[in-house]
Amino acid sequence: MDISTRKSQTTEGDGPPATGTAHGTPDATRPDPAPRDEPAPGSAATPDTTPDATPDTAPAPVKPAPRPGATATAPGTATRRGDRVFLGLSRGSGILLLAVMAAIAVFLSYRAALAISEDRANFLTTFEWDPNSPEPVFGIAVLAFGTVVSSVIAMAVAVPVAVAIALFLTHYAPRRLSGPIAYVVDLLAAVPSIVYGLWGALVLVPHMNGLFGWLDTYLGWTGILAWQGGAPRSMLTVGILLAIMILPVITNVSREVFRQVPRAHEEAALALGATRWEVIRMSVLPFGRSGVISASMLGLGRALGETMAVATVLSPSFDIQASLLDPGGGTFAQNIASKFGEANEQGRDALIASGLVLFVITLLVNGAARLIIARRKEYSGANA
Amino acid sequence: MSTTSTLARPGSLQGARLPQWAPWAVAVTAVAVAVAVGLAAGLHSRVQWGLMAAVLFVLGTYALSAKVEGRRQAKDRVATSLVWVAFLLAVVPLLSLVWETVVRGVKVLDGYFLTHSMGTVADAEPGGGIYHAILGTAQQVGLATLIAAPIGVLTAIYLVEYGRGPLAKAVTFFVDVMTGIPSIVAGLFILSLMLMFDLQPFGFAGSLALAILMMPVVVRSTEEMLKLVPNELREASLALGVPRWRTILKVVLPTAIGGITTGVMLAIARIAGESAPVLLLVFGNPFINANPFEGAQASLPLYIYQQYVNSAGSTAAYDRAWAAALTLIAFVMVLNLVARGIARWKTPR
Repeated sequence: MDISTRKSQTTEGDGPPATGTAHGTPDATRPDPAPRDEPAPGSAATPDTTPDATPDTAPAPVKPAPRPGATATAPGTATRRGDRVFLGLSRGSGILLLAVMAAIAVFLSYRAALAISEDRANFLTTFEWDPNSPEPVFGIAVLAFGTVVSSVIAMAVAVPVAVAIALFLTHYAPRRLSGPIAYVVDLLAAVPSIVYGLWGALVLVPHMNGLFGWLDTYLGWTGILAWQGGAPRSMLTVGILLAIMILPVITNVSREVFRQVPRAHEEAALALGATRWEVIRMSVLPFGRSGVISASMLGLGRALGETMAVATVLSPSFDIQASLLDPGGGTFAQNIASKFGEANEQGRDALIASGLVLFVITLLVNGAARLIIARRKEYSGANA
Repeated sequence: MSTTSTLARPGSLQGARLPQWAPWAVAVTAVAVAVAVGLAAGLHSRVQWGLMAAVLFVLGTYALSAKVEGRRQAKDRVATSLVWVAFLLAVVPLLSLVWETVVRGVKVLDGYFLTHSMGTVADAEPGGGIYHAILGTAQQVGLATLIAAPIGVLTAIYLVEYGRGPLAKAVTFFVDVMTGIPSIVAGLFILSLMLMFDLQPFGFAGSLALAILMMPVVVRSTEEMLKLVPNELREASLALGVPRWRTILKVVLPTAIGGITTGVMLAIARIAGESAPVLLLVFGNPFINANPFEGAQASLPLYIYQQYVNSAGSTAAYDRAWAAALTLIAFVMVLNLVARGIARWKTPR
């Protein structure tokens, strides 16, 4: 919307003088109070579609159009059947999209309610997953814990590194290098998660033994980094793999933000004698903070919902491990993928119930990220 | 920033600087010391050597620079080296991912592998192929595209050409939120419908879930492209008395078609790699099933997962999984490259 506004303003600036008096661009001058998405069949005057627009609108360039672009679109006049059909189709698609979102919420809630009403234990606090028996007992405590822990590890690893890479690409790398690297990072964001999962299980996991041994030797006394020597298919490995997966996403969005830092800000800092790091701290990071936050939340949303990479790497168990290094635990998405095969209808409902919780969590995270982004319309992370 | 440090040196406009070669000298020293310590202490892991060298480099740079150039310059140098270290650190796993996939994938990837199904080949045995999986993925993704692309493009048209008021705001917001839906949740949604109507897994169910994942991506990219179409074009067409819908179809869309195609192809690349909803809804099938509307189908990402899970330890299955992963990556990358090529070629001006 910003873009269209800006464009029409430029139109307004150079349009009327060029066209003279014959046919002024009607939309630059004619205020149209009717909202665009309402057909407003009453608007009989349709100067925007009739070539013989009244010339009296032309010599009024002084008056700024209240909502430029609006008049160019006064839709669905009663005379144009094609317009009405087309508007109906396109608006219908938008409504369909909303309906799908609503349907997801409604149907998941319905099946989840069925499952939870059968549950013999507290759905939120139970440390067990046995929904298939006639006396179903299941709860999401372990899953919630595992999901949060793995995502927190992923964020703790990925965000600083991603911001550093974004800074590298915008402020440190030689120009000839930064273009191709940015391109490759873009491509890496498109690698399917199952490939990350396969790589994580067959390449990353064997390489984690060294790190785990080291952590256990020097930091084992903390308890959360103690290791009993099992296969390193634990929450820490999952967190690191998730970090690698969301790295390109966060990097891409952060890079876009950092690139938009006004040149004048940086030059002003440089002119005051600031070093490059001080420039970054004083002008780049403050400008990009909200962008980095929302980029991180987009990454968090992806880490929370990641299924296959977690399912291949983690050796799941339905308990909470005190140590991040010992195998066990689970996440919402991973649990759904692993338990689906053996589940009967009741079990599937239980999985849907856990999926609903995941849905709500990601909805909140993404909504928050979008609200932060929405304050600054220039960039959007949707194509990350 | 405090200017006192520069004012403290009256008479000289520039403080002392380290020579150009200083960072390299520090780096070489750091690596040498790290290797020496590593050898002396008997540390086998090269990773530990590397980490030690990196730490030594950062500390050495700071100490040297702080002594010669002052604290502010030292901080700047440390920040620079940290940024470089972070970049190199991140490159390692990502390069390894691509490298391993290619090296391990080419082992069994050949014409036979691409043209045969798993059929009666047991999971632990060598042989078999991914024809059934490619077929399944092509059909599911194709159907999903047929559903999602028109809806997505029309929604974007609504938002850009007509959209004002609360409905458009709601659509914009929920499209944004929808991009973040985990793929497994989309799968669960269709699953709940299937449970309601008592349906068995079939290919089209997967397509529906994939379409849900694809729609917001198409909307967003198309929206961006339509916004790039100059308003003058619309006005010129409208001024000639062309109805609004014909203006959109004949002027706006053709101008933006390159970008729209790019967006749709990127969206296809994204959903082609989705395995979670396919696992729930299409279920997987070692045999060729060319009918997406009946019976379980296979799918490329799902094939990778099942080869990995169902045959713990069998190298034959792992080889197949890698080969399938290579095929999938190649497909996604080609789609990406072509899409970006189109975008560059047909940018609206």
